[in-house]
Amino acid sequence: MMLYIVILFLFAAITLYFLLGGADFGAGIIELFTSTDNKHRTRKIMYQAIGPIWEANHMWLIITVVVLFVGFPVIYSEMCIYLHIPLLIMLLGVIARGTAFSFRNYDAVKDEKTQAFYTHIFVYSSFVTPLFLGIIAGSALSGQIDPKATDFAHAYIFSWFNWFSVSVGLFTVALCGFLAAIYIVGETEDIDEIKRYIRKAKIMNIAAVICGALVFLASHFERVHLANWIFGNPVSLVAVIAATISLVVLYLIISHRKNRQWIRVLAAFQVCMILISVGFSRFPRFVIFKDGSSMSLLTEHANSNSIDDLGIGLLVGSLFILPALGYLYYAFKKKA
Amino acid sequence: MDDFLAARSQMALSLGFHIIYSCIGMVMPVFMAISHFKWIKTQDPVYKNITVAWSKGVAIFFATGAVSGTMLSFELGLLWPGFMKHAGPIFGMPFSLEGVAFFIEAIALGLFLYGWNRLNNWVHWTAGIIVGVSGVASGILVVAANSWMNSPSGFDFVNGQYINIDPVKAMFNKAWFSESLHMIIAAFSATGFAVAGIHALMIYRKQNVLFHTKAFKIAIIFGAAAAILQPFSGDLSAKNAAKRQPAKLAAMEAYFHTQEYAPLVIGGIPDTAAKKVNYGIEIPGLLSFLVHDNFKTPVNGLDKIPVKNQPPVAVTHYAFQIMVSIGVLMMLIGIIYFYELWKKKDLLSKPWFLKTFIWATPLGFIALEAGWTVTEVGRQPWIIQGVMRTSEAVTPMPGIQYSFYLFSFIYFTLSVAVIFLLKRQIQMVPELYDRKTA
Repeated sequence: MMLYIVILFLFAAITLYFLLGGADFGAGIIELFTSTDNKHRTRKIMYQAIGPIWEANHMWLIITVVVLFVGFPVIYSEMCIYLHIPLLIMLLGVIARGTAFSFRNYDAVKDEKTQAFYTHIFVYSSFVTPLFLGIIAGSALSGQIDPKATDFAHAYIFSWFNWFSVSVGLFTVALCGFLAAIYIVGETEDIDEIKRYIRKAKIMNIAAVICGALVFLASHFERVHLANWIFGNPVSLVAVIAATISLVVLYLIISHRKNRQWIRVLAAFQVCMILISVGFSRFPRFVIFKDGSSMSLLTEHANSNSIDDLGIGLLVGSLFILPALGYLYYAFKKKA
Repeated sequence: MDDFLAARSQMALSLGFHIIYSCIGMVMPVFMAISHFKWIKTQDPVYKNITVAWSKGVAIFFATGAVSGTMLSFELGLLWPGFMKHAGPIFGMPFSLEGVAFFIEAIALGLFLYGWNRLNNWVHWTAGIIVGVSGVASGILVVAANSWMNSPSGFDFVNGQYINIDPVKAMFNKAWFSESLHMIIAAFSATGFAVAGIHALMIYRKQNVLFHTKAFKIAIIFGAAAAILQPFSGDLSAKNAAKRQPAKLAAMEAYFHTQEYAPLVIGGIPDTAAKKVNYGIEIPGLLSFLVHDNFKTPVNGLDKIPVKNQPPVAVTHYAFQIMVSIGVLMMLIGIIYFYELWKKKDLLSKPWFLKTFIWATPLGFIALEAGWTVTEVGRQPWIIQGVMRTSEAVTPMPGIQYSFYLFSFIYFTLSVAVIFLLKRQIQMVPELYDRKTA
């Protein structure tokens, strides 16, 4: 029983990190693809939007890691061994991005040169970090991890450096950009800005659809039976249909300014459905190996005492975290 | 450089930097909250300015502490998968609670930094206090996890299997209290002295004297009080080590031969091959007294420990000597401060007094790093004392040295950046934080 609660927390933390942290990464991605003339304005709006909440958004990654290493230590350590390199690059991204963002804001002297330098680091790491997060997620499922490999390249590089994983990475980047654009649309009152961000959201969405197609194409080459996963079970199928419908609805109502809160919900819903679709089809498998074997959340978990204590810790913790988080969002929504 | 050494170096490097960022990120919010409290009570704008200035420092250190901490939670697995596979579920309890505390800290920090003119004064102040309290709680929890590696409990190790796991018992292992206490006091004294030292320098240069004086006074009270308390907590830690990690204690003291009236060796160069210390000052019976509260009872020396289970003696001994001598020095400075405060002397106009604190700026952090070296190197060759060797835990992936070089570069750059930013913060005090008194 407690095991299911822990698993629920694991998926909830991953989803929330994707939505909140993702929107955060997206802010940097949008900045990367914004023309120089508009950059200053873009930054100001985005900064107002993510400033107060941005540290909290990244805590979901910590929760995810802690749940993994306490609750599913074998899965955590195997991933750490075979996905060492992408995890390392992702971490470098996290460091560069987190520090550059704070340094840009808290540098007492705001001269152009250093600000531009921080921005440079911030936008590129905003791209690299979700790219590698996506690559890691893709690799866990792609079945390219080969514990029997004897040479370095097969054991530690081709486990993640393959078409499928990289396309999932790109897909993740596009979705982050999409989430950020939609999020910012709801943050500003300026009509021109809203139009600009709606356009950006559409572009990012098109990019996501293209990358999504790329994922399917790559899955064909890499013999990942993605289509079977998604269309092979009713829950995944319904989720994917729901995601598609929400995309259509989103397009229909996106231009009406009154619906700004709704498009936010729809965008989040769409991303959740994609995660549910893939997550459910593979559940309880969390990592799939080259020989077809896999590590399951239902069997590779820690002893029941540790799971119980972890579950209680998470439940009690959320009694503190969720109201505080709610208050944080509320306090800055009021005056926004 | 072989992979094992590279992995150890990378971990040492990461922890060595993280410990500085996180200590400052944990203690500064407390100073900030005190100053904030004074502002709300007295409405003296200088206190508000100090609060704002310090909160910028907190934000910088929180960000670097948070990213280096995130990195460590991955590095545990990236470098030591063999350890995490077994240890994760046993000592994970404090980590999961630390995750919660850290999350709350991040939320409260967001509220505090952006709460000026938005939140009610007392709600705002409470947010600042929560940053401090959850920061200290995180510190205690993380050290509790480390103390489990020194004093493993909450499981039975039978035929290579870890059974009967009890995470709560593992968290409240026998070393958690003394180690956490020692760490928290160290954080307060190191940060207190460092912050006070920087403000003392500015007073010495006669810049924004009122602003820096008030800031100095808040920081030094904590620093000096912690420095005076620290030797007592150190004694507790040493007694703990004597009981559970005799090899560590013996290495700290470079104490080779078990004997009655065990001497305390001050300084000296340990010669491991000849099993003796050259040029050290021996005080007979003192080690027995410190460990057993009487001068006669023998203390177990390195000769009781098989060579393959002994930690590197020289490094541990030197680090311990550095820590203790700096600790004593800081305690003396602390006593002088309180004595002169009690005598109501106007100290801050005296250059020698300011100079003392300027020189003392880095002392606490040097002692902190030395102490961390004692606890980690002194535990070798074990990653879990008496249960798992560090060499059994290391990742099978080759080429870790490149990762080590990369991390060295990153931490070096990060530190340069942080120093650069702090310098600019201090430089801008007259313009940003203290316009009136300038």
